[in-house]
Amino acid sequence: MHTFEFIRPADPAAAVAAAAKAKTAQQGADVRFIAGGTTLVDLMKLNVETPARLIDINRLPLDKVEATPDGGLKIGATVRNSDLAHHPTVQRDYAVLSQSLLAGASAQLRNMATTAGNLLQRTRCMYFRDTAMPCNKREPGTGCPAITGSNRTLAVLGTSEHCIATNPSDMCVAMAALEATIHVQGPKGSRAIPFGDFYLLPGSTPNRETVLEPGDLITHVTLPPPIAGSKQVYLKLRDRASYEFALASAAVVVTMGSGKITRARIALGGVGTKPWRSSEAEAALTGKPANEGTFREAAEAALRHAKPQSENKFKIELAKRCVMHSLRMATTA
Amino acid sequence: MRDDDPQAGPSNPTRRAFLLTTGSTAAATIVAACVPAHANSAAGSSDSAAASAGGPNIEGAVPITLRINGKEHKLRVDPRTTLLDCLRETVALTGTKKGCDHGQCGACTVHVNGRRVNSCLSLAVMHDGEEITTIEGLGTPDALHPMQAAFVAHDGYQCGYCTSGQIMSAVALLKEPCGPDDAAVKELMSGNICRCGAYAHIVAAIQQVRKNN
Repeated sequence: MHTFEFIRPADPAAAVAAAAKAKTAQQGADVRFIAGGTTLVDLMKLNVETPARLIDINRLPLDKVEATPDGGLKIGATVRNSDLAHHPTVQRDYAVLSQSLLAGASAQLRNMATTAGNLLQRTRCMYFRDTAMPCNKREPGTGCPAITGSNRTLAVLGTSEHCIATNPSDMCVAMAALEATIHVQGPKGSRAIPFGDFYLLPGSTPNRETVLEPGDLITHVTLPPPIAGSKQVYLKLRDRASYEFALASAAVVVTMGSGKITRARIALGGVGTKPWRSSEAEAALTGKPANEGTFREAAEAALRHAKPQSENKFKIELAKRCVMHSLRMATTA
Repeated sequence: MRDDDPQAGPSNPTRRAFLLTTGSTAAATIVAACVPAHANSAAGSSDSAAASAGGPNIEGAVPITLRINGKEHKLRVDPRTTLLDCLRETVALTGTKKGCDHGQCGACTVHVNGRRVNSCLSLAVMHDGEEITTIEGLGTPDALHPMQAAFVAHDGYQCGYCTSGQIMSAVALLKEPCGPDDAAVKELMSGNICRCGAYAHIVAAIQQVRKNN
């Protein structure tokens, strides 16, 4: 691991100031905020991350879960995944978020990992994690050996000729379906970023994963008020029964009325280069009866633009079945 | 010379001392990242060498205080030192094991402020002033923690390398939301890998302690 300067700022403004002169907030950042450390310390040991300055935000007052005036929920950046999963309001009103958190990692890691850290969780692509290999995300312009190499677990949605790395988060899939907003404090002030605008597709710059700029500190996430009567399911399919990343997952939030689906929010995990909200699947469900034909149409719509690689064609059918089964679960619950 | 004679070696080195003094790159790297404390560890002292004013002065080392198993330790650590390496190399509490060193196996599980964490993915400096509990703080050979006794009774191990992590995880599980059946225990213990496959016995040990609680 490379040496670094360790800083513990007194407040969020000091944290922002300490990071403001960074060259980038993306891959290759010379300044990093550290909270749980479950991604960052891992990648620092691999020399994939080599920050010269580490800013410890664990003791900043960003660890609260609070109701918002509009009836929604404000989740602090350093709220631990386990605390968020077991929070009574989350369990009652945002069940899909609780389920997604408990489907991720292990009990120990959930005690460490934070809300903001999970938003910025990095891909598990083995080429990204191995500095002996080329990788456009880690070292732009070096190539993507995954496209002709080992790609069984990699993405089928949102890929480019430069990168097919999967976003590994479970929490983010639920956040996408719940239409969360990410709140950032930066050198030029604070701003709110809709979840759908936060992540970038890899395109020709897979080293840029989010819209974050140097000094930007995620302070909290807000969720809109819960949808009355909605049914929520997070379904995760993986190689092991527990403690494994998703091959495909689905977060669904559906509302029924008069035998029809009146509102649907669908997001997929394990198959996209970012947490994958599918407006196509949502459109295929809205106003339709909750039956197998409708579910199949939604699943087909969600994966219509999927592009398989040499080893991961199975994920397209798996993701479709995942969407269909999560809809079955949500509409019969 | 009988090769099973424990006195056969010239200085009867312990496995730990052997690993620390061989030219192993891995061991050398580990030790280099910390303020060396192994000079004291042979005496079994819990006082860290680094705590004394005469301890080696590592460039960039920062002072921290950890309360480990109820005892305060004033240390100087390189900021790169993980909590795991700090416990093992600086404080010489080697009950906590290093398995994968990447948060994938759970062998390094300890409690921080009463909650279980992977000590390999946490930097020691992040825990300044915090309460750490390791397997050494759980029970003693004469007075085992009920979970330690249950692991013995149910044969919850073979090689034993993952055992301290398993037990630290299992003790933390007792205070977490967990359904009554074996499946719930397995789910919450999935972050602790046992290469020998003693899982069935581990679950039985945990369930016995939960029943007695």
